[in-house]
Amino acid sequence: MTDPGDLVARALAILTEEAGTWRARQAAAPMLPAAGGTKPEPGTGGDPAHVVSVRLTVNGTSHTLSIDARCSLLDVLRERLALTGAKKGCDHGQCGACTVHLDGRSVLSCLTPAVHADGRQATTIEGLSPPAGDMHPMQQAFIDHDGLQCGYCTPGQIMAAVACVNEGHATSQAQIREYMSGNICRCGAYAGIVAAIQDAAPKMAGA
Amino acid sequence: MRPFTYTKAATAADAVGAMAAAGPGARFLAGGTTLYDLIKLNVETPSAIIDINSLAELDGFDTSGSNELVFGALARMSDVAADERLMRDYPALLESLWMAASPQLRNMASLGGNLLQRTRCGYFRGGEPFACNKRKPGSGCAAREGINRGHALLGGSESCIAVYPGDWAIALSAFDAKVDVLGPTGERTIALEDLYREPGTTPQIETALDSTELILRIRVPATPLGRASTYHKIRDRESFAFALASAAVALQMDADMVRDVRIAVGGVATTPRRARRAEETLVGQPLTARTARAAGEAALHGAMPSAANRFRIELGVRTVADALMIARQRACRR
Repeated sequence: MTDPGDLVARALAILTEEAGTWRARQAAAPMLPAAGGTKPEPGTGGDPAHVVSVRLTVNGTSHTLSIDARCSLLDVLRERLALTGAKKGCDHGQCGACTVHLDGRSVLSCLTPAVHADGRQATTIEGLSPPAGDMHPMQQAFIDHDGLQCGYCTPGQIMAAVACVNEGHATSQAQIREYMSGNICRCGAYAGIVAAIQDAAPKMAGA
Repeated sequence: MRPFTYTKAATAADAVGAMAAAGPGARFLAGGTTLYDLIKLNVETPSAIIDINSLAELDGFDTSGSNELVFGALARMSDVAADERLMRDYPALLESLWMAASPQLRNMASLGGNLLQRTRCGYFRGGEPFACNKRKPGSGCAAREGINRGHALLGGSESCIAVYPGDWAIALSAFDAKVDVLGPTGERTIALEDLYREPGTTPQIETALDSTELILRIRVPATPLGRASTYHKIRDRESFAFALASAAVALQMDADMVRDVRIAVGGVATTPRRARRAEETLVGQPLTARTARAAGEAALHGAMPSAANRFRIELGVRTVADALMIARQRACRR
């Protein structure tokens, strides 16, 4: 019988590979065109977009981008930088799937105008551990404790979980539940998520 | 989402100047957790955004003063919710912050912006298909005959029964907070209670602020009542939910008698609501289950329920009574 952990690891490997292909395709022909084009969008009253320049450091790499002032950090990460780990769940700050760290603190990238991130350091799930090395203790713990089923909310859960530990709130199950309350898991993997955080917290302190 | 021009202000005076120059339709952007959300829903359609996040003069807070506590408008909810002095001396203020929203939102949202959080009424947020006098004056109120389980029991009108959704302002109103604002002609101070307007026939006007005015800071007079205080929040789930009913209570006991008490209720009214009549029923009285309940009944006096929210009158009464009992325990401990 196949070990469920193996299945998850294989699924993650496939997703990682697909993300690589997607990144290459995006670099060749980006889905969201670089702002600068002033084609009005439907329903905008025909007004052209206001384009601004931002400098973002994402996972240690600096990017200078011209963006529509309306863009969310989430859209810039996904559509301009091809970092598709942060997910668009509700796009209104209610589900937590888009959680990333900005200057080390967890934020919702869907409700963060990208201009807010100008000059700041963002970390996404892609930047949590080096591509070739070991997984981050929190990623490993999510696999070990079945902290996911479909996996859609998982990047946001893991980023929120890392912040929960870093900010000192992983001291009890009750604290963990409170500090993870912004992340919804439709599959209901909450028991595994709490167990994963309790397991990873001391390993992170030792790391 | 309609396009808007984007300007980053360097000082508070710049921000107010830019707002005056941009004219109606411009908005200040702080944490963005309400405004940017409503822009995405096309409920807010600003022509210009003036970003105030670079105003370092507004991002601090000081809870050490012997006369007053001062909170810069840009202080983040999570930073203030971790303040140890607040935890010891004003637990109601602290609890109103950490019981609000989610950790991510508390990392983003500012204290000044939080005061101006817009209602969660589904017909307001739902946009065009729904009548909403707040969003589109004169269009009617779909909530009155619609899904109104979460709507206001107090302070509503024929035009609007939308609840004020915040927690922080409820706790602040129990502590007689004041708000300093800057406009084109200079600074002025507004009592927190006077900041909010009941809907009446003009629910689109929610505050006493002029459209060019910027909240600079919130000030709370220091008081010994803070130590035996609580913010008690009842909701559908234990965390990350708006209040069905809430109460901020601060208490000073003289043996078994109430020397002084402050009560404000949230989640049940169109504005943060100080319950002075409820306070008056308690001063000089013993605090018992019976007197606490009577105070709760006074706080909810005059409630006008809609079809689906009558249960929240009793919930509100009990929330106030329970909050008084929690505060009494804290008074005994000290």
